[in-house]
Amino acid sequence: MENFNLFIRSIFVDNMVFAYFLGMCSFLAVSKNVKTAFGLGVAVTFMLVVTLPINYLLQNLVLKPGALTWLSADFANVDLSFLSLILFIAVIASMTQLVEMAVEKYSPSLYASLGIFLPLIAVNCAILGGSLFMQQREFGSVWTATCAGAGWGLGWLLAITAIAAIRERVAQYSNVPAPLRGIGITFIICALMGIAFMSFLGIKL
Amino acid sequence: MAEKISYKDIFFNPFSKNNPVIVQILGICSCLAVTAKLEPAIVMGLSVIAVLAFANVIISLIRKTIPTNIRIIVQLVVVAALVIIVNQLLLAYAYDVALQLSVFIGLIITNCILMGRLEAFAMGNKPWPAFLDGVGNGVGYALILIIVAFFRELLGSGTLLGFQVIPQCFYDAGYANNGLMILPPMALIVVACVIWVHRARNKELQENS
Repeated sequence: MENFNLFIRSIFVDNMVFAYFLGMCSFLAVSKNVKTAFGLGVAVTFMLVVTLPINYLLQNLVLKPGALTWLSADFANVDLSFLSLILFIAVIASMTQLVEMAVEKYSPSLYASLGIFLPLIAVNCAILGGSLFMQQREFGSVWTATCAGAGWGLGWLLAITAIAAIRERVAQYSNVPAPLRGIGITFIICALMGIAFMSFLGIKL
Repeated sequence: MAEKISYKDIFFNPFSKNNPVIVQILGICSCLAVTAKLEPAIVMGLSVIAVLAFANVIISLIRKTIPTNIRIIVQLVVVAALVIIVNQLLLAYAYDVALQLSVFIGLIITNCILMGRLEAFAMGNKPWPAFLDGVGNGVGYALILIIVAFFRELLGSGTLLGFQVIPQCFYDAGYANNGLMILPPMALIVVACVIWVHRARNKELQENS
């Protein structure tokens, strides 16, 4: 039950985009039409669900102070946590490579439409951010980490699909002042959505 | 490239015409999250300048030996190593600020400015122009960070760097801090206003759609 609550909270209250501003770059760059945005959202969700448990295990079996005791009691004083950034990013980069190859083989159309942004998932801050939050909050088990990852991923998917839908309409129907066209108005739309998402803040789960 | 564009342009273009944040739209995430107060914004700006300059130099030095297939991983490892150094330095000498910045120092690794500059510039240029490009882009980023943080802290808390700027008599006369400015969404609106002003003055940057 606790994990389920965390899952829901990660989607709405701790939304990656609107509460922490993570993954903004691809969020702003790929949200011009709904289909591509949805594809990228699915890829990011998948990456979060896969990398968060792996990094959780790394954190608890290798990196944490005294985590290496399962190898030998001599390692009780070893603290490798300063290596966490480099290991987390290595896991993420290699998983991205795998996902890229899988998508290329099984869904060439999605591969073509995502284009350059597939390799860029490796540098999507939402994914590294997820791992760093996991480290900071000291989740209890692999399950908790997986649920949080799924929640954050779905929250990101929701956000990018919603803003892509709004942007499609804005590009068609509205007369935006010239200097704000394109990226400027997207910032403002995003801010308004962020304010809307803040209404979830008071909810305690 | 290096012959055609003078060193001066490499250094000064990112300040305004080719600013990484408001023109190239890179590195937005950290730009929004750390700007509620001026002090963390300045520290963050300095950290990014340092990491970007040295990463550019290192990648530029080894650019001919990196196999293209694994260049992203090599770049990430170089950047991650530099960020770890910065992180340990901050923990040692500026502990309070490091706590405020929390995960965002680590997230410098995935800051798109770094990947963008390494890919676009350091992979094809000599170390010295790469260093200038790194410092220039870092300063361009820090500049936006400081502008946004300045307005957010001034209007949101009435302070600058922690000192009270708006005099007490204003509050007595009914002035109130705008609490909305401290909340994250307002960072987006402030950046949008910066873009608005900037593009109104540089007409060639305006988009059609």
